[in-house]
Amino acid sequence: MATRIKLTRRARDRAPAASTHLRPAGRLPGSGHKVIDFRGVSKLYAGDVGLDQATFSIERGEFVFLVGSTGSGKSTVMRLLIKELEPTAGVIRVAGHDLDQVSRKRVPYFRRNVGVVFQDFKLLPNRTVYDNVAYALQVTGGSRKEIRAKVPDILRLTGLSTKLHNFPHQLSGGEQQRVSVARAFVNHPPLLLADEPTGNLDPDTSIDIMRLLYRINRTGTTVLVATHDQAMVDKMRRRVLELSRGRIVRDEAAGFYTRDETTRDLARRLRAPSTRPPGL
Amino acid sequence: MRVGFFLREAVRATRRSAAPSFAALATVLVTLLVLGVFIPIVQATNGAADSVRSRVEVDVYMKTNATAVQEARVRQEILNIPHVKTVQLVSKQTAYEQQSKLDPAAYRLLGTNPLPDTFHVIPDNPANVLAVHNALTPPTAGGGTGTIDPSIQSVSNRRNDTKKILEVTNLVTITAAALTVLLTIASILLIANTIRLSLYARRREVEVMKLVGATDWFIRWPFVVEGIVVGAAGAGLAIAVLGIAKVALLDPLASNWTLIASPRTISFTALVIVLMSAGVLVSALGSGLSLRRFLRV
Repeated sequence: MATRIKLTRRARDRAPAASTHLRPAGRLPGSGHKVIDFRGVSKLYAGDVGLDQATFSIERGEFVFLVGSTGSGKSTVMRLLIKELEPTAGVIRVAGHDLDQVSRKRVPYFRRNVGVVFQDFKLLPNRTVYDNVAYALQVTGGSRKEIRAKVPDILRLTGLSTKLHNFPHQLSGGEQQRVSVARAFVNHPPLLLADEPTGNLDPDTSIDIMRLLYRINRTGTTVLVATHDQAMVDKMRRRVLELSRGRIVRDEAAGFYTRDETTRDLARRLRAPSTRPPGL
Repeated sequence: MRVGFFLREAVRATRRSAAPSFAALATVLVTLLVLGVFIPIVQATNGAADSVRSRVEVDVYMKTNATAVQEARVRQEILNIPHVKTVQLVSKQTAYEQQSKLDPAAYRLLGTNPLPDTFHVIPDNPANVLAVHNALTPPTAGGGTGTIDPSIQSVSNRRNDTKKILEVTNLVTITAAALTVLLTIASILLIANTIRLSLYARRREVEVMKLVGATDWFIRWPFVVEGIVVGAAGAGLAIAVLGIAKVALLDPLASNWTLIASPRTISFTALVIVLMSAGVLVSALGSGLSLRRFLRV
């Protein structure tokens, strides 16, 4: 347990640094600084193909979209990444852990390295905004002092300072998703997963959430967003992985985007009328 | 172990999901009430059965002209028989007084005392009464039965009565034991099922906790604490109701109804301890174990 916590702390200390900063040597033998590495990963569901020989990797600090229609395997990838599912074949490495080597007992400690945001928010219904975020810290054994210092910080970042003592059912969808993002990021994990984070939200609110995710990405955290919001993906101009029937059919490291675009510029661009950039 | 945190979590959960918690509490309360009434009843029944069986004895009637020396010898002989617990001499004088009290007119008519000195022989276990009886009346050379001492007039022969008493009391004891087992199983199933239902309502919450990276025990402890709290509260209420019923209804009756005052009945303190620990244990274990299903995410 101690080593895992240390790992998270290290990730946090490293977070504000630019993405050129190298990982401490020797932690990831043979995988450079890949945060996600899929090698020939397949997943079968009682005969149906969920994922078929998927091979890809995502570097630290990247912002990647995972697109595809319903049933293409997006959710399978997401669930494999947090070891909610076991692959039928292949090797998955996440944040330096070979998932096959993570025992069932160690899964909770592994998951603290990965923040997850869901389409349906998955907030704890009988806890306030503050307590929902604090729970992620309590789980890792965070002291009361640490919680009192960190939670208001992250809630300010996500624009929820005025909603501390509201319960989830008193919030709008966009606000609930912000709480969910705050909870996922409060531990400063090296990797943030978002499964259809804007699926239940209107376009304006979706832009706010994307902006928030981008801001988190700018602190050095790798972000992987599964979505079928094609317009949003086009506008964001980030790397896109496309799945179709369990196969990776497109891996486009969009060369257009400038990595150091400010969140303000990003939002301005997203709100502008849709202009499909040439070549996409 | 952050006891404070888990306690606060349990209290929060109980407050926030009041209805299922109340259902669990009510279930514990009702089942423990039934158990609390049933346990003393079973014990009183067993006690009554035992007291009936303890009256199973062999009477040895002495010859009317038996001397004190002979009686002392016979007493020693009876005591040497295996399985004899006590031997009690009822002198002809005492017997006459007892009997004439029951039927003064008849004994006044008789004038003299026809009753012999009698030994009441009580076996260590009612089941051994026949063995004792056989030992007192060894077979004679002629094929009939004699007695172990010439100064003995006769030995009571209540073979049939004794057998019946033993059979009936055995049946009562076995029935009571079977009912106790069934009722206990029913209580455990009922409480476990109620807890399961209240957990089922919160399975999504457990799922979210697992996704955030909570370990199984981190999730489980608040539920176990909640089980303890609910179980203790239910048991406490049940004990309070039983206590009031005991003071208001039972105690006034006990003085003239020996079955209730039977010394074999469990003491109220022991009953309180049994019910409290049963309520707490079953609820806590029930919560902890039922949760296992939902922890597999």
